[in-house]
Amino acid sequence: MVFPFIWMMLGSFKTLKQLLVAPLSFWPHPWILSNYPDSWNALPFGRAYFNSIYICLLVVGGSLITCSMAAYGFSRFNIRGQKPLFILFLSTQMVPKQVLLIPFYFLMSKFGWVDSHLSLIIPAIMTNPFAVFLLRQFILSLPPELEEAALIDGASRWRIFRSVVLPNIRPGLGAVSIIIALDTWNSFLFPLILLNDQNKFTVPLLLATFKGQFGQENFALVMAASAISTIPMLIAFVIGQRKIVASLASSGLAGR
Amino acid sequence: MNPQAQSFTPQSEGAGLGVSFKNPGRSPAKKNASWRKKDNYWGYLFLGPQTIGLAIFTLIPFVMMVGLSFSSWDGLGPISWVGLTNFKSQLHDPLLWRSITNTLTIGFITAPVGLLIALVLAVAIQQLRLRTLYLLMFFAPIVTNTIAVATIWQQILRKDSLLNTRVSHLFGFSPPDWLFNPHLALIAVCIVIIWGSLGLNVVIFLAGLESISPSVIEAARIDGAGPVQIFTKIRIPLLSPVIFFSIIVAVISSMQTFDVVYVLTSNGGPQDSTRTLVYHIYDLGFVRNDFGGSSAAALILLVLSLFLTLTQFAFQKRFVHYDS
Repeated sequence: MVFPFIWMMLGSFKTLKQLLVAPLSFWPHPWILSNYPDSWNALPFGRAYFNSIYICLLVVGGSLITCSMAAYGFSRFNIRGQKPLFILFLSTQMVPKQVLLIPFYFLMSKFGWVDSHLSLIIPAIMTNPFAVFLLRQFILSLPPELEEAALIDGASRWRIFRSVVLPNIRPGLGAVSIIIALDTWNSFLFPLILLNDQNKFTVPLLLATFKGQFGQENFALVMAASAISTIPMLIAFVIGQRKIVASLASSGLAGR
Repeated sequence: MNPQAQSFTPQSEGAGLGVSFKNPGRSPAKKNASWRKKDNYWGYLFLGPQTIGLAIFTLIPFVMMVGLSFSSWDGLGPISWVGLTNFKSQLHDPLLWRSITNTLTIGFITAPVGLLIALVLAVAIQQLRLRTLYLLMFFAPIVTNTIAVATIWQQILRKDSLLNTRVSHLFGFSPPDWLFNPHLALIAVCIVIIWGSLGLNVVIFLAGLESISPSVIEAARIDGAGPVQIFTKIRIPLLSPVIFFSIIVAVISSMQTFDVVYVLTSNGGPQDSTRTLVYHIYDLGFVRNDFGGSSAAALILLVLSLFLTLTQFAFQKRFVHYDS
């Protein structure tokens, strides 16, 4: 299971000769560190990190607001057209978003958002039926008496949503954040077609570019670049492992 | 997890909608109507952002896609209506058929094999109480982005790589050239996809196994059930909703395979032997500027995905056990 990962880490400390010329060995000999600064400096990785992180944070934060609002709307209101709307939400979940690749690109170019991060942020915040569905499950499992009490006391719907519902679905919000963060961080195809300027690239996109540029001449650098693109996520995961595992599991158990 | 939550079936969803919350029973009747009217505005407000998003970023592109699939367009010039021409030329294009069979092959290999491995590992981890060790092991594929995954595996699957030569020697054949042999490249893609999704599947299955109440297992044991019977007659049926959900996710995501064949086998090579439908759509649109053909292929992908998902839902009734 971990072998490919360890192979990448070890490879990032090898020289090109060690990677390609027999006899191949498992351990680097000698260990060299220069692949890291060399690959970091060859392309704007710092910039790509900044882009990926801030896009991730905005998408997660924004989606949490809009998706929990919609989830509350679907679980605690009974307005006209709500039922067909919910079925529409559910059915769009069955449409792979790659199906809309071409028209989405042209829509973004109509908006003037091609080669802008807006095209990766705004649509992601405004449409996430899966997160709506998952959060709705969490809200439905809350006893309605909690909210009824607040309503009788004269609290507004917004107030109830913010101070009664949201604090009680915290595990759901956590799960949704992690799933959205992973998805956004790993997203490749849409950034690939929407971004042109290297300074606007996200980490996976810059890594693919890096591999295209240096893959033939120096694969050791590419190994280091791959490690660079992975290590921060690994650290984040090790720190938050318990919560993250529980969240990922709950997303898969949503079917229960 | 939340036991009140309903199953993931569109059919049973309707039932949940009635759970809308009654307005405060104690308020006087005449205040009630105006309260309800005002309350409906709140409903629109809550549903607003996602509904607007759905309309702009999903429904409008969807209509555009259907329109484009009946048109000829190079992205710059005028758009002209061509009827079914795009579909006809797509259905006569061997590349489309190649992409469809490749995509389906990936789905039919990675979903059962990947999930079976994950299930076995999850059971083993649960029985052997190896939680901490497994956590560290399964994080690796979850945190590694697909581009890095494909990059690493490109090294590992090289003809002269350390692992490839050693393993081949062990079995006494010459090391296969995974990525440049058109017969093997698709298998290499499947291996990489299975590795990439294994961590998440194990985490999900393990959580599912742990949510089975120990008293059920204990009761079966007292009734004389052996370990094999407990596994096939109790654990698997109780886990079946989770397995079903994972199969759906695995099949849908295999229909979307792009990153791996873009990087690992350099644009669906060798000789288009790993070309997938999403790669085909990307290639027609953004490489060849045939946006009509690309949209027609996208519509074909949509129909295929819907067909697969709905077939699975049809089978669900027979195999999936929901406890009430």
